[in-house]
Amino acid sequence: MTAMKSVRFREAIRMGMVEEMERDDRVFIVGEEVGHYQGAYKVTEGMLDKFGPKRVIDAPITESGFTGISIGAAMVGLRPIVEYMTWNFSAVAFDQILNNAAKIRQMSGGQLHVPIVLRAPNASAKQVGSQHSHAMEHFYTHVPGLKVVAPSTCADAKGLIKSAIRDDDPVLYMESETLYNLKGDVPEDPEFLVPLGKANVVREGGDVTIISWSRLVHISLQAAEQLAKEGIDAEVIDVRSLRPLDEETLVASVTKTHRAVVAYEGWPYGGVGAEIVDRIQRLAFDDLDAPIERVTTLDYPMPYNAKLEQFVIPNVERIVGAAKRVAYRSA
Amino acid sequence: MKDQDTQLGFYRQMQVIRRFEEEAARAYAQGKIGGFLHLYIGQEAIAVGTAAALNADDYLITTYRDHGHALARGTTARAAMAELFGKVTGCSKGLGGSMHFFDAEHNMLGGYGIVGGHLPLAAGTAFASKYRGDGRVTIVFFGDGAASIGDCHEAMCLAALWKLPVVFVCENNQYSMGTPLSRTLAVADVTKRAAGYGMPSDRFECESVNQVIERFGKAIKRARETSEPSLIEVLTYRHRGHSMSDPGKYRTSEEVDEYKKKDPLFVLRTHLEKAGLADKLTAADESVEQEIADAVKFADDSAEPGPELLAPTTYKGAFAR
Repeated sequence: MTAMKSVRFREAIRMGMVEEMERDDRVFIVGEEVGHYQGAYKVTEGMLDKFGPKRVIDAPITESGFTGISIGAAMVGLRPIVEYMTWNFSAVAFDQILNNAAKIRQMSGGQLHVPIVLRAPNASAKQVGSQHSHAMEHFYTHVPGLKVVAPSTCADAKGLIKSAIRDDDPVLYMESETLYNLKGDVPEDPEFLVPLGKANVVREGGDVTIISWSRLVHISLQAAEQLAKEGIDAEVIDVRSLRPLDEETLVASVTKTHRAVVAYEGWPYGGVGAEIVDRIQRLAFDDLDAPIERVTTLDYPMPYNAKLEQFVIPNVERIVGAAKRVAYRSA
Repeated sequence: MKDQDTQLGFYRQMQVIRRFEEEAARAYAQGKIGGFLHLYIGQEAIAVGTAAALNADDYLITTYRDHGHALARGTTARAAMAELFGKVTGCSKGLGGSMHFFDAEHNMLGGYGIVGGHLPLAAGTAFASKYRGDGRVTIVFFGDGAASIGDCHEAMCLAALWKLPVVFVCENNQYSMGTPLSRTLAVADVTKRAAGYGMPSDRFECESVNQVIERFGKAIKRARETSEPSLIEVLTYRHRGHSMSDPGKYRTSEEVDEYKKKDPLFVLRTHLEKAGLADKLTAADESVEQEIADAVKFADDSAEPGPELLAPTTYKGAFAR
C-alpha cells in the first residue's frame, strides 16, 4: 500500500513538478511571477528557494517570447515547463504553439521534437470577465502534434503533470483556478504516474453517462446525486485526457447506459464536446436510445455580472435537465 | 586577403548555392517543385561567411529563404534538391519543402515560414547552451520585413535580459516582399534598436565572404566568451523576386543591374581571375555543374515519402487521437 498525503490541488501540481525537477535536471520552469512572487496562484510557491533562479525563471510579460524560447530549448534537449498566468494569455503565443511546438517534429522529418509542458488555469474563475474566462482546450485539441489534459482531482493533477513532463511531445496541461484549494489524497510514490489517454469512471451508474472534465466533473457529480434522488442512476466519466481521447471507456459506458450527456465549459460551436458526440455516435450508434446532449457555456462572451455568469456557465440544473431529457423523463 | 585556396573554396561554395538555385528555378518552372520557392541569389556570401565563422556545433536558424544557409553548413546538394522535389531522401524527408530545410547533423535547426516566429526559438537554443554551459553560439537570420513583428522584439528583449549567446542578423535585402524599406520602417537603420535592448550592434553592406567572417566573427566571439547577444544588420540584395511567383515589378532593371555589378560572387570571381586562377575557376565551375546535375538526377530518381511517415513524425509512439 503506497503512502498517501492529503494536499490541495495546487500542491499536487507542485509535488509533481518538484519530483520531476529533482529527477531530471533538464526540467526547468519559466513564466510570469513563478519565482520571487511565488506564483500568481501560488502553484510554484517555494520552488525558487529549492531550485534557484537558473531553473525557476521569472519572465517579463512576453508570452510569445518565452514560449518560443522554451520550444527552442526543448528542440535541443531541455524539458521546459511554461506557466501562463492563465490560458487566456496563451492566445498571444498561439503562433508559437501552433506553428512551432506542434509542427517541428514533422517539418524536420522527425529529426527534432519538442518535449515541453505548457500549463495554466483555464476556463471560468469567478467574475473575471470576458477576456479572462476562455476554455482554451477547444482551440488546442484541434491541432495534431499537441496533447491536452485537464485533471479534476489532486491525484490526477500530480500523476498527469508528471506524465506530461516525461512525454516527448508538447503537452498542454489545463488547471482551474476554482480547483486550486480542493483537498485530496495523492500518492507520495515518485513513480506514481497517470497515463495520458485514459479516462476515469468516477461514479458508476446504469441509466445515463455524464461525460466531463476539470471543474465540471465536480458539478456533474452533484448532478448525479440529485438524479439519484429522482431515481436516475448516472455514471460519471472524468475524461482527464482530451487528446489523446479514451474513446474505449466512453463507448463501454454508453454501451451500458445507452444515453449520454457531455458537460463542459466552452462554447457550443464545435469543440471537444462535439468531438466526443461524434465518436460516440459513430462507434456506438446501435447502442444509443436517445440523441446525445451537450451542456456547454452559452454561446456568448463571458459577462461580468455574477448572476449572468452563473446563467452562462454549465450548472447542476442544466446537467440534470439534459440527463432527464435523454432518459425521456420529464423534468 | 586569406590564401587563394581558401578564397577559391569560398567561391565554389557560393557557386554551388547560385547554381543550385538556378536549377531549382528551372525545375520549378518544369513543375517538379511545388508551393513556394524563395531564392537567395545575390546573398550567398552571407551564408558562406557565416558557416566559416561558426563552429560546427553552433546552432543556425533562419527564415524560409533557407537553401543557402543549409548548403553552406553542410547539407548536400542531393539532400537539398530532393527536399525541394518532395522526396523521402530530402533533408526533411520531403515533409518540409523549400521553406523548412532541417539538418540536425549540421546544426541547421530549420527554415521557418512564419515571419519572425523563429527568432524566439533561436533565443531558446541559446538559452539551452547557457543552461548547459556547452559553449555553443546560436546565429539567427531574419529579413528587414520581420523587423516590425512582435516576436522580433520579444526575442531580443529576452535575449538581452537573460544574456543569451545569440547573434541576431537582419539580412536586409531592401524589400519586404514587394514593399521597399521606405514604406515599412520609420527608421531605416534596424540596428538603432540595439541601444534600447542594451545590445552591441554592427551594420554593413555585404561585399565579401571575408568581410562577413570578420564582422560576424566579432559578435560570435562576444556571444561565446561573454554570453552577450548582438544585433547585426547586413545590407544585401536579392537578384530575383520574393518568390518564384514575383516578377519584381516594384524595382527597375537599372537598380537590379547596379547591384549585380556589386554581386560578391561576381566580384570574387573577377578578383581570382585577375590573380591568375582562371584554370582553377573553370575546374571549380565544372565540378559544381557535375554536383548540381547529380543532385537533380538524384532528386528525380528518389522515391516519394509514403503515408507511413506521417504518424511517427507527428507524435512519438501511438498517435494521439
